[in-house]
Amino acid sequence: MSRDIESLKKVAVNVRQDIIEMITESASGHPGGSLSAVEILTALYFGEMRINPENPKWEDRDRFVLSKGHGAPALYSVLAERGFFDKKELMTLRKIGSMLQGHPNMNETPGIDMSTGSLGQGISAANGMAIAGKIDNKDYRVYALLGDGELEEGEVWEAAMTAAHYKLDNLTAFIDHNGLQIDGPITSVMSPEPVSDKFRAFGWNVIDIDGHNFDEIFKAIDMAKSVKGKPTMIVAKTVKGKGVSFMENNAAWHGTAPNKEQCEKALSEIRGCK
Amino acid sequence: MANSATREAYGKTLVKLGEENKNIVVLDADLSKSTKTAGFAKAYPERFINMGIAEGDMMATAAGLSTCGKIPFASTFAIFATGRAFEQIRNSICYPNLNVKVAATHAGLTVGEDGASHQAIEDLSLMRSIPNMTVICPSDDVETEAAVRAAAEYYGPVYIRLGRSSVPTINNRPGYKFQIGKAVVLKEGCDVSIFATGIMVSEALKAADALKEKGIDAEVINIHTLKPIDSEAIIKSCKKTGCAVTCEEHSIIGGLGSAVMEVLSEECPVYVKRIGVMDKFGESGKPNEVLKAYGLTSENIVRAAEEVFSKKNN
Repeated sequence: MSRDIESLKKVAVNVRQDIIEMITESASGHPGGSLSAVEILTALYFGEMRINPENPKWEDRDRFVLSKGHGAPALYSVLAERGFFDKKELMTLRKIGSMLQGHPNMNETPGIDMSTGSLGQGISAANGMAIAGKIDNKDYRVYALLGDGELEEGEVWEAAMTAAHYKLDNLTAFIDHNGLQIDGPITSVMSPEPVSDKFRAFGWNVIDIDGHNFDEIFKAIDMAKSVKGKPTMIVAKTVKGKGVSFMENNAAWHGTAPNKEQCEKALSEIRGCK
Repeated sequence: MANSATREAYGKTLVKLGEENKNIVVLDADLSKSTKTAGFAKAYPERFINMGIAEGDMMATAAGLSTCGKIPFASTFAIFATGRAFEQIRNSICYPNLNVKVAATHAGLTVGEDGASHQAIEDLSLMRSIPNMTVICPSDDVETEAAVRAAAEYYGPVYIRLGRSSVPTINNRPGYKFQIGKAVVLKEGCDVSIFATGIMVSEALKAADALKEKGIDAEVINIHTLKPIDSEAIIKSCKKTGCAVTCEEHSIIGGLGSAVMEVLSEECPVYVKRIGVMDKFGESGKPNEVLKAYGLTSENIVRAAEEVFSKKNN
């Protein structure tokens, strides 16, 4: 595990290729919101979290909850790249009998800490893990990743109250703030803005960053660890479909799989970033 | 312990369990005085989590706690637990098969004065339909303590249905044993099987006494676990009696009546009459008045038993 930015960038390129290849192979999945979360997940699993791929259920590990469960391809790829399971499994995504379900399943996939997929519930579960850590005086940290469209779920705000009320400073959440949801821009569907102000008002420590910049991600993670008595929300400005020109900032790629030709074009663009 | 509400027994049992097992944590949604989790909150404040009026958040938080080895009991009224938070129970608790116990009080019509908005008559149906869920509906305080203990020892999601109003103690006898999924024959008989759950078990026993005076020998079976249901006991009884009545403080759709008929239709088709809420909402009133107005009485069980008994013989 290292925070060497150049090697992390290489991991991110591999993860983006995996995402495109696995979604193309399954002809189903969510490329846009997977590609926007790549740096956040890579930073957590390669440069921060206390985990052991040989012992995924290790009691004292840091936990991660993908509250935006449809970003599963990004998480699966990062877990495979990190050694939780064989990369060959990635090509079974969403296929019958696969351990890689359409949305994360903690009982099927090594390294998944919580089954998610129905928006709003993951952040509550992450709170539960953080509360358990407080009760047991454990020093593990809990991380969660939410979508910005997900903020329209009322449960997110229930959970926001809970985390602040119980002073869950062992919880760091991210918002993958890519500005788009299935039906279009979040500000035209049902605006959750101003996102940062809202979490601040709910009693969170809030940090705004560029969600594709490893330096900023690590700086925010470290700041969060030093804050006492408050949970931290890292509002990460991202680009939906990041790394593939025709997917970037295009809501149509929220839940659409590329065809073979689009896949090749996407892969050559991603490799170009190496 | 002649008359006591099952929620009272739940609260007392939680306090005992909290001492015996440090992994037990309790969550409530601002109803701890009503659900009786307040006793646990007082005894073990560090293991009591008040979630405020946010049932969905409560269920998914309980799920997260259980992934870290805790045994969460999440309590609120049955209508909010199984209605408002249905999907959290389904997706965050049952789908990952997590060790969360949903102990819901104020189930059924005996909520009384609060009326239809608070009277859950669909909860058994909702909970029964979710894979991995175990569904228990105790009949009195003795059975509640046994059920809560059994749920704590069992790994996996459990729904425990509890009531607001006092009910007679019927299980304080030597040799009483509770086993999840195992029906209890309270009275043997050969003319008609009466399957009852929850507070209707004592009504079923009263009905059996009344039927005896009319020359009908009823068998009374307490189905405290609706899922997994004790098919063997149901089939065995109906092979003997040839007809059945089901009794529950719940809609006739999806609860005990449905569960028993599912078993019988496949394995031992006999005439069955369901006593329950006839697909309509409840209303305000004193608990006993509401039960009477909705036909949840021993008199009605007697009439139903006579009906299936006569159908069988014609």
